Amino acid sequence: MTQPPRTTPETAPADSPVLRLGALEVGFRGQPVNVLDGVDLEVSAGEILCVVGESGCGKSVSAMALMGLLPPAHTRISSGNLTFDGEQFDLTRQTLPPRLRGGRMAMIFQEPMSSLNPAFRIGDQIAESVLQHQGGTHASAMARALEMLRRVGIPAPDRRLKEYPHQLSGGMRQRVMIAMALANDPQLLIADEPTTALDVTIQAQILDLIRELRDSLGMACLMITHDLGVVAEIADTVAVMYGGQVVERGPAAAVFENPQHPYTIGLISAVPRLDAPGGRLATVPGSVPPIAAMPTGCRFRNRCPFAADICAGKPPLAVQDGGHAVACHFAPLEQNLEVVA
Amino acid sequence: MLRYILRRALIAIPTILLISVFVFSLQKLLPGDPVLAMAGEERDAATLEFLREKYHLNDPIPVQYFNWIGNAVQGDLGMSLRTRQPVTELMAEKLPVTIQLAVMAMIFALLIGIPAGILSAVKKGTVTDYVANVVALSGLSIPNFWLGIMLILLVSVKWQWLPASGYVPLSEDFAQSVKTMLMPAFVLGTALAATLMRHTRSAMLGVLSADYVRTARAKGLAERRVVLKHAFRNALTPIVTLTALLFGELVAGAVLTEQIFTIPGFGKLVVDAVFNRDYAVVQGIVLVTAIGFIAMNLLADVLYVVLNPRLRGQ
Repeated sequence: MTQPPRTTPETAPADSPVLRLGALEVGFRGQPVNVLDGVDLEVSAGEILCVVGESGCGKSVSAMALMGLLPPAHTRISSGNLTFDGEQFDLTRQTLPPRLRGGRMAMIFQEPMSSLNPAFRIGDQIAESVLQHQGGTHASAMARALEMLRRVGIPAPDRRLKEYPHQLSGGMRQRVMIAMALANDPQLLIADEPTTALDVTIQAQILDLIRELRDSLGMACLMITHDLGVVAEIADTVAVMYGGQVVERGPAAAVFENPQHPYTIGLISAVPRLDAPGGRLATVPGSVPPIAAMPTGCRFRNRCPFAADICAGKPPLAVQDGGHAVACHFAPLEQNLEVVA
Repeated sequence: MLRYILRRALIAIPTILLISVFVFSLQKLLPGDPVLAMAGEERDAATLEFLREKYHLNDPIPVQYFNWIGNAVQGDLGMSLRTRQPVTELMAEKLPVTIQLAVMAMIFALLIGIPAGILSAVKKGTVTDYVANVVALSGLSIPNFWLGIMLILLVSVKWQWLPASGYVPLSEDFAQSVKTMLMPAFVLGTALAATLMRHTRSAMLGVLSADYVRTARAKGLAERRVVLKHAFRNALTPIVTLTALLFGELVAGAVLTEQIFTIPGFGKLVVDAVFNRDYAVVQGIVLVTAIGFIAMNLLADVLYVVLNPRLRGQ
């Protein structure tokens, strides 16, 4: 089996994203309101996109839909176009070609402790993925596994190759997951809260590793997180999600310094700061309604201080400037509102 | 690993001794006098006394026990009071029959129970799942003797495909031997298949939602490989344990099934021995099956460690 020729990330034009996801709508069966309501995302080669939002905003569901990992028995994708490296895929069929999944598009997960199969050796688990996508002999796949373990900075990789997951720490297991994901040179790495379950020092190491691998391999990276610290640390671009919608998207610096959506403003001001005056921490007022009780139109409007009648209509994700897009009828806020709370 | 097995085997010794004491006392507590059964019509006191003396039945009970267990350790389980054959010889005759029946029944159980369990777990909540569950429930509720008789009526009497009863040793005629055992093995196997199916299903349901199964899917593996390799391998532990225990039970004798198909196995031997107050035989059989059961438990423990890398080297 030979690898089909493909454009390397280095030669791909910068303005054509590796991944373009459009109008993704996902519902759970037996649930009238969609969990994802028209999600649009884009990542280019060498770019790290962080998708942020609180629990239940649909960031993980988006990633699972991308990977074709949503169980068709419980979920329904009613709309969704995926353009991956120039190739079109219809996500509503809920079956992605297997060559994509784990090959050109790979994923790591939040729980490194339980994401590796306890019954098989590390080396065999990585080799299995290599054999699946590149073919070849078991020996060559094991050689690739060894190379990958070395690549992700695992000490004594030839010994680790023969060990079982329970013999490794959480940080080491996440490194193994990364090694497995990158063994087939994917063009896109999806990382679903890869550091949430890890100690703070290990978190930083894993983020460094992902950034370093991105630099050397030139892959695109879609990272899901609820931690704005992680976003500030690593993101080139940010997409903020609320209630299954992307409410704001743009270069990380622009979104942090000049947030335009009321939800993003609330989210950023809710981060505790050492230099802030004492007192209660700021929060976004109210709480996320259950999916069935989501308001129509702008899903944030029942918590938004600026909500008006116009918000009953869904605001488009409109590009303001410099690729900074906001889904709010009042954007840009400075011009359209007199008081910004 | 070897040390682990040795340790487990050593722990089993007191258990076996305890069982032997229990079996022996239970025998003594049972009503009925073996000498009376032996003497038949000639019940004059001198004959009875002679027989009691001959078989050491007048010794204190602890002495009788130590005599028995001392010989048992050396592989002598005594003579059958009825046929005057050594008990070990009697058992050696019947054991292959029972083991053949148990192995064939287990093959049926595994071939039906495990695929059905996997299928109903993968297709949870669908028609397939319900059908498998209903079939399993019927398998558990239909008594073996009824199913056996119905099969004989249908397969042997009406269609004349298989012999209704009897036994041909494997060494004599392999094909014929398997043929005669087919129906009884099926009857025994279906009941076990139901148990196995239920356990396989719940074990599979437990692992199918595991994170590592999601990882396997994310690797782009075919669903068949995800289920049969990544999930099933981790569901195997309870299934293997259950299989070993069920096998132990099978060897202990399928009394009713052996009666219906007139198979001269352990079950028939033990029933005959109990009815004739053939103490030595009953004791021998119970002791041997208990040891067999413990051996199966030991095997299950060992397999448990083999299957679970986390327990190795501890």
